[in-house]
Amino acid sequence: MSTETATTVRNEEWKASLTGESTWVRWTLMALALGYLTLFLFVPLAAVFAEALKNGLESYFAPFQDPDTLAAIRLTFIAASLAVPLNLVFGVAAAWAIAKFEFVGKQMLITIIDIPLAVSPVISGLIYVLLFGAQGWLGPWLIEHDIRIIFALPGIVLATIFVTVPFIARELIPLMQSQGREEEEAAFTLGASGWQTFIRITLPNIKWSLLYGVILCNARAMGEFGAVSVVSGHIRGLTNTLPLHVEILYNEYNAVGAFTVASLLTLLAIVTLIVKTVIERKSAPSRSAHDAAWNAQPGSPS
Amino acid sequence: MTLVLKQPSVLPGFGLTLGFALFYFSLIVLIPLSGLFVKTSSLTWEQFWHTVTEPRALASYRLTFGASFLGALINGFFGSVVAWVLVRYRFPGRSIVDALVDLPFALPTAVAGITLTAIYSSNGWIGQYLEPLGLKIAFTPLGVLVALTFIGLPFVVRTVQPVLQDLDKEVEEAATTLGANRWQTVRAVIMPELWPALLTGMAMAFARSVGEYGSVIFIAGNMPLKSEITPLLIMTKLEQYDYAGATALGVVMLVASFLLVLTINLLQWWSSARHTAR
Amino acid sequence: MSIQVDHVTKRFGTFTVLNDVSLHVQTGELIALLGPSGCGKTTLLRILAGLERPDEGKILLHGNEVTDRQITDRRVGFVFQHYALFRHMTVTENVSFGLRVLPRAQRPSPDRIQKKVDDLLALVQLQAMADRYPNQLSGGQRQRVALARALAVEPKMLLLDEPFGALDTKVRKELRRWLRRLHDELHITSILVTHDQEEALEAADRVVVMHQGHIEQTGTPEEVYEHPATPFVYRFLGDVNVFHGRLSQGEALHEETERKRPAEADSSDEHEVTFVRPHDLELSRDRTTTTQLEATVRFVIAAGSRVRIELMSKDSSQTIEVELTKERYRELKLRQGDVVFVHPKQQQIFRMPGPSSV
Repeated sequence: MSTETATTVRNEEWKASLTGESTWVRWTLMALALGYLTLFLFVPLAAVFAEALKNGLESYFAPFQDPDTLAAIRLTFIAASLAVPLNLVFGVAAAWAIAKFEFVGKQMLITIIDIPLAVSPVISGLIYVLLFGAQGWLGPWLIEHDIRIIFALPGIVLATIFVTVPFIARELIPLMQSQGREEEEAAFTLGASGWQTFIRITLPNIKWSLLYGVILCNARAMGEFGAVSVVSGHIRGLTNTLPLHVEILYNEYNAVGAFTVASLLTLLAIVTLIVKTVIERKSAPSRSAHDAAWNAQPGSPS
Repeated sequence: MTLVLKQPSVLPGFGLTLGFALFYFSLIVLIPLSGLFVKTSSLTWEQFWHTVTEPRALASYRLTFGASFLGALINGFFGSVVAWVLVRYRFPGRSIVDALVDLPFALPTAVAGITLTAIYSSNGWIGQYLEPLGLKIAFTPLGVLVALTFIGLPFVVRTVQPVLQDLDKEVEEAATTLGANRWQTVRAVIMPELWPALLTGMAMAFARSVGEYGSVIFIAGNMPLKSEITPLLIMTKLEQYDYAGATALGVVMLVASFLLVLTINLLQWWSSARHTAR
Repeated sequence: MSIQVDHVTKRFGTFTVLNDVSLHVQTGELIALLGPSGCGKTTLLRILAGLERPDEGKILLHGNEVTDRQITDRRVGFVFQHYALFRHMTVTENVSFGLRVLPRAQRPSPDRIQKKVDDLLALVQLQAMADRYPNQLSGGQRQRVALARALAVEPKMLLLDEPFGALDTKVRKELRRWLRRLHDELHITSILVTHDQEEALEAADRVVVMHQGHIEQTGTPEEVYEHPATPFVYRFLGDVNVFHGRLSQGEALHEETERKRPAEADSSDEHEVTFVRPHDLELSRDRTTTTQLEATVRFVIAAGSRVRIELMSKDSSQTIEVELTKERYRELKLRQGDVVFVHPKQQQIFRMPGPSSV
């Protein structure tokens, strides 16, 4: 058996050498890639946890007993649990309209959905201050009716929504476009209502991308800093989300505390990545069909 | 001839879904954004111009756009190498590394900010070795570059990867049978395929970096005229209740964002046109 | 340049793609490797090109062993099934590619390169397309560019991997004739891989029929068609009627499922099978000998140059396919339901393993 495997290995090497790079080039490229990734990925990742655990395990859990931290956690959760479902409905609605129908302005709609991604977080917060702040458009009216949006929960929720609007839509739109409308049309002609068609036909086809979109949207909602920073007023215990709390702790020279809270958010990010990998594995067959459909056949017009 | 706004379709829900989507998006995104422009129009042209061209603002543009551009270049090069290594080589832990590439995308910016600062400050893991060499990173423009490079890391990798994966093996074999050595094959056959995706990724990294706030403000020195990024300047003006100034600068940033979104879309269209035409 | 394949074996994992294959190709020959998908023909071609390496065995080009030599040392022209043209280069740039990547010392001057490209484009009749891009060409044009590109480096052998597989029937026919004429002009040793038996029989000097990793038969197109060495070759090249037992002794025909013939046939446990081509069966209205088979006409397909008739045999309910010339068909005035008598003009009897059963 060993001669056979030896032959196989020799053949693989030989084959790799004829349509692959020479060994030293390969090693150089790998060194460059891994060096770059180490510097910009692995070191920061390790550093978060190292700094958090600097003073030992006991003091690691200390911040979580602080009422301000708990309030920050609560606020973060509330903001995310409002932002994500709303953006979910938006994402599904937009993807349905775009993928299943032909209409003027479709491409433009797809383009403008990306806008929040390109807008600086500070601007994302600024626009709401301009709208609802004391000196904003609706400022006087809000003060009259004793409604607080800026420097209060509603403002934070709005800013969070703004920043995470595109995520679910962006996951669903290309997928649903490549899946076409034939299945839905078939269901409809067989007598299913619009809602039934969506639940029984569309949803199963998009479930993995939908799940990933939700997870990603949630991670970004919980981690948003810049936009929330502008609208929150940084009032401890009241209008502080977790990321803002990190900033406060850091500015108070409580580095360990800041990193502890940061490590919590990092764990959230890692969970997001794990879910993404799992989803990619699961949806690999449908994605490769998606990719195959996306690459037109030789000779056909694109 | 009547103008056809929508093709007839047997499927229901068009009005409902499009209507809701447009309503929601206008409410959350479009109206507030246009509020920015409306507010700015309350300024005279001279006031506007004065605000956006004062030395402090100009310095912040130089830093913000300059560092973003450099970061995009660095990511362009290294990101391509990473994509190549991930697609073409096998090594232990490859799938973990592949998943981790998205970390800067999923990680909250504040976390990135304080972590990078900790690493590159004078007693940090890396900073401690660079200080004696005279290389100060934390609290300097160089720190801004490091942070923006981190932020932009996933973009190039993720746009180049699928193109590399879809490359036709036969075309490479054809070049080899015709006598090309490896470098000639890469240059003549593979690189032309990658350019559109590479440029798209770089543009996306650039767009993201320009607006970046959380990961930068901790590591930048935030000193006006030296190490202050534009988003921070806007923030500062807001805290000083200089709404007019903040909105003026905001308009500049927003226009830059729109132009970038447009560019990215054009690049993506070019890339997919290349990709599907055989 | 002559090619010698010497006991080549190739495995992919546990699957043996080529099993002790040996073959000799004369200088200047055009041979076709013919067989169904999975028979190993493309793998053999790629081994000859240097794109794969055999697990066992040797490859000799003009007497020199090249098994371990790199592709670039072999001077091979390879034409891929899906053309593999460089899509961001013009036709001219594609064709001249092999010349442009030559090491400085061997590279011709730009003028010489241009002249060579012009000559080649004239040869493949695509001068007008010199500045077009591949996506502006039809499938047949692209394949011709691929061929010109392969010829540009003056290869000592030309290997074509199902070159016309992705094209329409009509274009395929034209191109295969055109390839034959090209070969007659250039006399480069060429190997053509195809699963289309018409293509192999029309274009090649010799046909190599392959099946499941080994060679079933080698011979001129006429040889393999008229005198197939094995049941597989018989079936693969053209249509065939299979009768169990012999037809001439008037034995009852048996209906049974066929069994494949293994490499070593066990003669004690065999039965005979008769193969007859549809056009080798003669029909008559009246019984003239006792050895004829009685059958009823089920379908008549009169479109095309010959008439195909499907019969149902009386004894065994077996379907028999007969091909008649139009004249003979008109003579017989056959209609559905008519009773006819069938008699083979030519047949071939093979021994197959296993007993025959009712």
